[in-house]
Amino acid sequence: MAPKLCVLCETAKAMLRRPKTGQQICRDCFFYVFETEVHNTIVEAKLFKSGDSVAIGASGGKDSTVLAYVMKTLNERYKYGLELFLLSIDEGITGYRDDSLETVKRNQQQYDMPLKILSYDELYGWTMDAIVAQVGRKNNCTFCGVFRRQALDRGAAMLGVDHIVTGHNADDIAETILMNIMRGDIARLGRCTAICTQGEDTIKRSKPFKYAYEKEIVMYAYFKKLDYFSTECIYSPDAYRGHARAFLKDLEAARPSAIIDIIHSGEAFEVKEEVKATQHVQQTCQRCGYMSSNPLCKACTLLEGLERGSAESGLTERARKKLEAEGPTPENIRTIPFFNKTPSGNPGLSIAVEIPA
Amino acid sequence: MSSDNLSLKIEFGGGLELLFSKQRSHNITIPAIVRKDDSTSSLPQENDVETKPADITYLIHHLRDHLLKERPELFIENKTVRPGILVLVNDTDWELEGEGDYQLKNGDEIVFISTLHGG
Repeated sequence: MAPKLCVLCETAKAMLRRPKTGQQICRDCFFYVFETEVHNTIVEAKLFKSGDSVAIGASGGKDSTVLAYVMKTLNERYKYGLELFLLSIDEGITGYRDDSLETVKRNQQQYDMPLKILSYDELYGWTMDAIVAQVGRKNNCTFCGVFRRQALDRGAAMLGVDHIVTGHNADDIAETILMNIMRGDIARLGRCTAICTQGEDTIKRSKPFKYAYEKEIVMYAYFKKLDYFSTECIYSPDAYRGHARAFLKDLEAARPSAIIDIIHSGEAFEVKEEVKATQHVQQTCQRCGYMSSNPLCKACTLLEGLERGSAESGLTERARKKLEAEGPTPENIRTIPFFNKTPSGNPGLSIAVEIPA
Repeated sequence: MSSDNLSLKIEFGGGLELLFSKQRSHNITIPAIVRKDDSTSSLPQENDVETKPADITYLIHHLRDHLLKERPELFIENKTVRPGILVLVNDTDWELEGEGDYQLKNGDEIVFISTLHGG
């Protein structure tokens, strides 16, 4: 069978079929269209302005490794004028994160970008290994997710950046849309397709790979021979996401455009004003100053539960009431350093001097 | 003809190597003519067994039976690779090469990459 030619340049041998369009294209045209689509996503959403400092949330995995490479490439090619950093969170998972952080350290050299690593241990006084030892393997992903989100913001504040970009790809977003539909989480359904989110006082967060298929990200990494780490978290199974993922992959096998179609559907949902009105107003955590929809942010609630030996109290109403009945929060309990992002654009991290009751 | 063998280079990536002795690269030899039902247990010798030239569908079964060390369900599903695993034939997406029906040639390099591991 004669080799098929690339439908774009019509000269080189086609090397892959684009899932989004079905086009058969060669390696060089693939690099070009993949990078250009990300560039168009960035430009159309007006994600950056010249002079911005941007932290790339880097786990050492495929998505963030490709993101770092592509951000560096585009920043140079299109003269975005961005100062780029790598920001990694060390959850403290022996045999998993310690290995993937080695990959990030190599990326730091390869891409010549400053790297900041912030650990759960440093910020919360707890590693995930220690948390799992206390809470078991049932709700550990809740702790990890809440802690990672806040750690990224705090790491970004330490770096003094304006913006965090993460490697979330089209498959991840489609998965999240499905999960929010299946859980009836209308508030999150309304937010999860946004390319850029920004809380009242936190750093901007965006997803330049929002429309990039996982298949293309992996192909890009393979063809470019990028150095990435691929091992499942040893505490892994977020079972619910796993089901959504398997379902989505089956859909994609039957119809490759399914992923982009789901994102389109997600974007088209409009959340009614009455529904929005029932959502909590953003406020600031009394204890650590981080944005929160309750007087105490989720991370502080979870941390207090861990510190008081009642990890469940951050998760269920019943356990929370039980802990409250045991008495007020002890004065000397470990807390998260106070988050102080000043509006002047000079964010910093200070140490809590007092703990409001 | 049926005694001919094919030498193949097999690569696993994206975490799939964990199922194959944590080794990314393998050199294997398979028969050029195989049973049409993809059974890898014996070479087709009897006359009444239907045969075919070895293709990727056969290779997937061969890898499961002879190279895979654990959790076959993470590799094979419904006689093909599990959705989310990319296959490349000599660096070309197998979707351009007929997927499972691609007839293997001596010296081919087949790469399997999982896309399912964390980002």
